[in-house]
Amino acid sequence: MSISLTELWVILGCGAITVLSRVLPFAFVKSLNMPAWLISFLSFVPITIMTALCCESLFVAHAGHLATLNVANCLAAIPATLAGILTKSLLMVVVVGIMAMAVLRYFAIGG
Amino acid sequence: MGPSLTFRTGVRDVLPTVFGYIGVGLAFGIVAHTSHLSLLVVAGLSFIVYAGSAQFIITSMLLLHDPLSAIFISTFLVNSRMILMSTSLAQYFKHESLLRNLLIGTLVTDETFALAMNKQNKTHGRLSFAWQSAANLVAYLVWGVATVVGAMLGGLIADPTRFGFDFALTAMFIGLVYLQLISDKHLGMSLQLTVMLFVALAYYLLIAVMSQNFALMVATVAGCLFGMELKKCR
Repeated sequence: MSISLTELWVILGCGAITVLSRVLPFAFVKSLNMPAWLISFLSFVPITIMTALCCESLFVAHAGHLATLNVANCLAAIPATLAGILTKSLLMVVVVGIMAMAVLRYFAIGG
Repeated sequence: MGPSLTFRTGVRDVLPTVFGYIGVGLAFGIVAHTSHLSLLVVAGLSFIVYAGSAQFIITSMLLLHDPLSAIFISTFLVNSRMILMSTSLAQYFKHESLLRNLLIGTLVTDETFALAMNKQNKTHGRLSFAWQSAANLVAYLVWGVATVVGAMLGGLIADPTRFGFDFALTAMFIGLVYLQLISDKHLGMSLQLTVMLFVALAYYLLIAVMSQNFALMVATVAGCLFGMELKKCR
């Protein structure tokens, strides 16, 4: 159990940066009336950010070159998506996804 | 997920996402252990910084002895998407007191944000302090405990990815994006699908020329602007 001065500063500094990124918008929105265009812009945040987060794990980045597919993740995403379409249950998507990935790893498919 | 907005419902609704937190949390603990971070530092990162992907980046930067300023800038960039999510989520809590707004804001994550957006599709656009706090608190505690347990198990587990738990987080986002797509009656399916394709294509092209975290931000903002224009044209 030890912590260096640098580590302490990193924890406190990054903690402050993160909490401010999260909290300031709440204080801002609470105290101001938002213009219509901003509300319209924000209505697209959920679908765009979730799509981008999915893409983050479906693509493999190569600096300076076009990305390639993360084959294992893309393959496991198929049964996971089907589970979502069939059951509309988040839990089933997660469970089927984990099982699909375990099977892929067991047979060493997709790297 | 039903329309009820009690604390108890919040705990129940957040449970499917817990798998993702446990899987990635254990993985973070193991990575931190192999990067020679002490349990105290792991706990400090998880309970004070509390930012999944940023914690991995901080860990590798500490290992490389990067300067504090570089670590701070990276953390800000990785978490800049929190600004968008918080601004979006805050609209549902305008009627609550400032203190309650700040409490909710303190513990918002990608996952609890996405969950809340799914929830409000079922409640005619309403969210409650109790429901959101339950989701936030469960996520916070599970993440913190999972990372510390991961750090303690550290040396024992050779390959935590063998059982597919690292895919839990991706699966969760796939589930959340699908549920968002079919239930956001306000935007509708075809508009959302077009915006999704645009974001995917933008992200794919952008990661060739910039870091993934930056591409995530740019693709998201571009997707929102694209969606706004498209909606006007309809």
